Amino acid sequence: MDRFRMIFQYFQSNSESVMNGICGLLALASVKMYTCFDFSCPCLPWYNMAYGLGIMFVPPIALFLCGLILNRQSLVMLEEWRRPQGHRKKDLAVIRYMCSSIMQRAMVAPVIWIVVTLLDGKCLICAFSSSVDPKKFVGFANASLEQVQQLLAKVPCKEDELMRNNTSRKAVSRYLRCWSQALGWSILLLFIAAAFLARWLRPCFNQATLLQARHWSNYIDIEQKIFEETCCEHSRLFAHKCILHFFESMWQEIKLQSFSLPREEEGVEREEDLLRGIRHQDQVNKLLKMWYYEKPPLDVGQVTQRHLLGRERSPPPWADSPGTRSKFPQHTDV
Amino acid sequence: MDKFRMIFQFLQSNQESFMNGICGIMALASAQMYSAFDFNCPCLPRYNLVYGLGILLVPPFILFLLGFVLNNNISMLAEEWRRPQGQRGKDRAVLRYMFCSMAQRAMIAPVVWVSVTLLDGKCITCAFCTSVPVEILGNTSHPSLSQGEMKQVLARIPCKEIYDGQELIANEVAIRYLRCISQALGWCFVLLMTTLAFLVRALRPCFTQAAFLKSRYWSHYIDIERKLFDETCAEHARSFAKVCIQQFFEGMSTDLAAARCHPPRKAPADAGEATEKLLGITDQGTMNMALKSWHRCKPPLHLHPPALPSGNGWAGEGQPPVHPPLPRRETAAYYSRV
Repeated sequence: MDRFRMIFQYFQSNSESVMNGICGLLALASVKMYTCFDFSCPCLPWYNMAYGLGIMFVPPIALFLCGLILNRQSLVMLEEWRRPQGHRKKDLAVIRYMCSSIMQRAMVAPVIWIVVTLLDGKCLICAFSSSVDPKKFVGFANASLEQVQQLLAKVPCKEDELMRNNTSRKAVSRYLRCWSQALGWSILLLFIAAAFLARWLRPCFNQATLLQARHWSNYIDIEQKIFEETCCEHSRLFAHKCILHFFESMWQEIKLQSFSLPREEEGVEREEDLLRGIRHQDQVNKLLKMWYYEKPPLDVGQVTQRHLLGRERSPPPWADSPGTRSKFPQHTDV
Repeated sequence: MDKFRMIFQFLQSNQESFMNGICGIMALASAQMYSAFDFNCPCLPRYNLVYGLGILLVPPFILFLLGFVLNNNISMLAEEWRRPQGQRGKDRAVLRYMFCSMAQRAMIAPVVWVSVTLLDGKCITCAFCTSVPVEILGNTSHPSLSQGEMKQVLARIPCKEIYDGQELIANEVAIRYLRCISQALGWCFVLLMTTLAFLVRALRPCFTQAAFLKSRYWSHYIDIERKLFDETCAEHARSFAKVCIQQFFEGMSTDLAAARCHPPRKAPADAGEATEKLLGITDQGTMNMALKSWHRCKPPLHLHPPALPSGNGWAGEGQPPVHPPLPRRETAAYYSRV
């Protein structure tokens, strides 16, 4: 149990690891989406290329944008970039660092999609089956140009009646898949080599600047989180005071209407405190009605003052004479 | 068990992450509902379009409304919108912020449904099978049929078992064509939605950051204030009920003592807490009468002022009366004890 809580807290506390977690989830989602997706090549001359290349490139763009959207730091970076300078200078190195780390994480899922697509081969076979040289394949060498186009376009569809037992179809298919897989593995190797070099060579260049940029980007992130938490805490206290003020002003009004109520004594029961002088059904109904029809103003300055001076039950300023007493308590700006 | 409680607490503590959780669950439910749904194209000329487009568009609308219904903040938004102005001004920006954030979350499940439907292809195949370009895909040497007959034949494309137009246009060719169009539409839709979401998120810090911070603060404030008010009212109701019931029992015991024409038994000084808690009702008959009275004639929602403690320093006054005056059943205001 403790271990679980520790892991949870660790993931929460460190925003970098949260982002890594999201990055990993997107990558898994990308693979899962590809396997669930029912690829069906149209097997028509111009449609093949559009479909094949579309499936290869459109989902990665969507995944890239998803990676940017789900990453909280992209918002932090944009805010830092667009904020007015004010009293705090802007450090472009920090913004660049944040931008590059966001882009790197967002690129993982699209690259995985492209690599999986190429290693599977269906997309490339669909897109480029009409573009192979028919003379290399026995079955297609002797047909007319138009016929060849039609036949080649049908290569990705194994179940088509024209292609069912065509050995040349299998040859074209194998040829294209070979190219596709070679391309896939090359891209994978290229990316991993690039990532390796970037990590290895980074300490050789500008390590001090990098440390500074990383520190300050972390700082900006934490500062924003703490600001949001502080605002939440503040709004809770504000609401608490506002509601207490509202109940007290109801209590004051009730006391004014019933002149003989004795002053509050020390050691009164706790229940009476909680009742705050509201002891009738009508009073409760009036309180609830007033809460709806006339919410108290967002101003707790008076309450704080009164609390600072001590809890004496002095009548509020508007209750000096019955003539000036209004139906509902007004708030006075001090 | 503890693990679930912790996860639950985490989700609950942070209102935003709770709403995100519900959002995610609805998206998964939407995908699951689609896969569980048994799609059955009617394979009749006009019914196909209605059925296909209906399955594509009606469930997302229902899911959108459900997204609003499941969102706790909808009643908060409605309350804030309809409340009379009173002493507190209304900020339209806050209302807009609350509505936008709810609408964004409610949009996710419908978008997932539409995407999954388009990527699967069955709906579009069913809806538009009568619009397949026969002159491009079909057999041009086939004798031409009338418009109505052609539509009848094409309408059966999704139903492979009863399709009888193989010479006109091959079933697989038509289905592949339609599915390709459907999937292209699906991916374009996904890209469009993702781009829109990205723009909405990215452009906000560039234009309206200060206004956004203000709206977010005050919308949280309204939510917290409502919850605290409910808690305070609940606390008050509890105390009210406790005092009301206490006074009821005291009243019963006094009434019965008066009916028997002797003063109520004063609890001896060293009787202890248990005797105090008996509230003067110490025998079966009295208790039964108290229970009957509680059922037949509940006390009014009107508490008497608190009893003053003895020795309160009122010099020169006599002792307060030995037994408290009979409780009035009518809704009088206060009565003086002096």
